[in-house]
Amino acid sequence: MATLKELSRRDELLSGGHRLCSGCGIPPIVRLVLRAANGPVVATTSTGCLEVGTSIYPYTAWRIPWIHSAFENAAATISGIETAYRVFKKRGKIPQDKKIKFIAFGGDGGTYDIGLQALSGALERGHNFLYLCYDNGAYMNTGIQRSGATPFGAATTTSPAGDVVLGKRETRKDLTRIVVAHNVPYAAQASPHNWADLSRKAEKALKTEGPTFLNVISPCPLGWYSKPEESIEAAKVAVDTCYWALYEVENGVLKINYKPKEKKPIAEWLKMQARFKHLLKPENKESLDKLQKSIDAEWERLLSLDGKVI
Amino acid sequence: MATTMTKAQIGLTGNSAIAYAMKQINPDVCPAYPITPSTAVVEEFSSYVADGKVDTEFITVESEHSAMSACIGASAAGARVMTATSSQGLALMWEMLYIASGMRLPIVLTDVNRALSAPINIHCDHSDSMGARDSGWIQIYSETVQEAYDNLFQAVRIAENEKVLLPVMVCLDGFITSHAIENISLIDDDDIRQFIGEYKAQHPLLDTDHPVTYGAMTLPDTYIEFKRQQSEAITRAKDVVSEIGKEFGKRFGREYGLMEEYKLDDAEAVIVILSSAAGTTKVAVDELRKAGKKVGILKPRLFRPFPFKEIADALKNVKAVAVLDRADSMSGFGGPLFNEVRSALYELEKRPKVVSRIFGLGGRDYMVKDAVHVFDELLKIVETGKVETLTKYITI
Repeated sequence: MATLKELSRRDELLSGGHRLCSGCGIPPIVRLVLRAANGPVVATTSTGCLEVGTSIYPYTAWRIPWIHSAFENAAATISGIETAYRVFKKRGKIPQDKKIKFIAFGGDGGTYDIGLQALSGALERGHNFLYLCYDNGAYMNTGIQRSGATPFGAATTTSPAGDVVLGKRETRKDLTRIVVAHNVPYAAQASPHNWADLSRKAEKALKTEGPTFLNVISPCPLGWYSKPEESIEAAKVAVDTCYWALYEVENGVLKINYKPKEKKPIAEWLKMQARFKHLLKPENKESLDKLQKSIDAEWERLLSLDGKVI
Repeated sequence: MATTMTKAQIGLTGNSAIAYAMKQINPDVCPAYPITPSTAVVEEFSSYVADGKVDTEFITVESEHSAMSACIGASAAGARVMTATSSQGLALMWEMLYIASGMRLPIVLTDVNRALSAPINIHCDHSDSMGARDSGWIQIYSETVQEAYDNLFQAVRIAENEKVLLPVMVCLDGFITSHAIENISLIDDDDIRQFIGEYKAQHPLLDTDHPVTYGAMTLPDTYIEFKRQQSEAITRAKDVVSEIGKEFGKRFGREYGLMEEYKLDDAEAVIVILSSAAGTTKVAVDELRKAGKKVGILKPRLFRPFPFKEIADALKNVKAVAVLDRADSMSGFGGPLFNEVRSALYELEKRPKVVSRIFGLGGRDYMVKDAVHVFDELLKIVETGKVETLTKYITI
């Protein structure tokens, strides 16, 4: 695995000057993953913050070949690109010793929801690519609407906290498990606060033959109503509360990569984000407890599977 | 299928002929999803892949939306890309059709025309491709299996022409042409490879030494310029279609223009009609001509871009025209072909009377007697100068 020194010497492939928000989790994730690739990369991005923020014509922040085509089809688009690469290799149009890596970036809306079918198809077909989902837990680009990734209880513009409904009523979809069910060779969850873990996982995913997947929590000050300067801390607390477990599934074996010495209560994470402020009121303790219970149950499930073939 | 027969005629269905043409083209990438009635195209092509007759990479995508998305990815990567679909499949691709043309990607798609739901119906009409008529794709309609086969090669040349660089849709009628066996002439592999040539993309994503950005966000300060360039490109495509149709004729003996005129020279009453139904109409024309009636047919081959000037020129001496649409535009005023033909004729100083007849939806048979009946109506208009019914459904 590349050291921080090595990573720092590699080319910056996502240029500064893009329009992503202050405190957005996406740029540090993308920059680190592109550094971890360490070689020619072609990428696609589903419609969303990353696409809009990096590509307003005539400017582009991408120093690699990059395409955005639509919202729900990043996995299908990368399938076409990667297949063209294979046929060009076969037909001698690309030298045999040239290796190109392929990455599809999508937000949680473009991955958990509208892009799930295309993702599932591409995983099943076994294309050689990394799909990276930056999960900020709502449709942030269109103005913070709830997605399948939005946590229970979070207030969004389509699941507002009102007098009778306390934010999102449903628990979130476990996309990483859905991906793992495709028997892909490598899938993992990561967080930008733990750069070493994230870059190691990206490097491993990109070295693995076949479809690989990274689900990376991505703080969003705009949608989380959190402080931009606390974004990386917010990602860390998400991991320390076990809301966002760092684990990987490699060839069917699950491994938890980080176990907090002392698991923090979920309220520690919620209090950093005003989207949850209603859950912290004493009269809404029932909802807070429900969220805590679901996180505890998922963490227990992961602990019971740690080191095992799943 | 016998592959050794090249010069002689061979009996093939429309779908088999398309699959065979794709085999001869041997594209780089073919993402496809099965749908009736185009399924046999991708089935037969997958056999060519399985038997090593082509070295195309065939992607069995999970939907037509992903088929066109993968076409876009592969084409932007620099590959020559083809696919085939019908009906709901084309409708599901709709979002991506605009992106393919907007990115100026020379993808070639065969649309085996089929009605759109609801009610569900697997048989022929043109509502699927007419639904994509404003998507920026060049559209060529084929009357016969031979035309569909020949059009596919020309489509590759048109799409990849540097003055054009747009996707092309080759349409043939579901079941009527896709499943009917017709004797056609095949072209030798070497000759056709010489005709289509090698494809070299201008800005492929796979050229990692020269990174490019595709699909950037545009704001009101640039979007309209992109669309204007696209509009100019599809306008230029008209001449390219003519040139390539002529070149095809010189090489292989079957010349293609923007449209086919059948007994039009002295015709007073004319039916304008697309695809296989033109063949049925020709029989009616022959019968009526025997009885001394001055009738003829105009069969547009190129529908996008629409050859407005050429159509007006072809119909300038005609007295009554019926435009037969195998699709309704639900505008309350006739079908899509009718509205475009009528608009084309507006520039004429002396305009013929023009009526709309919608026929054959969902595979309803269009018989010689139906065409004769339309001609009878037109001849009455010629005689009286009066139109009784401007728009109506027939074959009901």
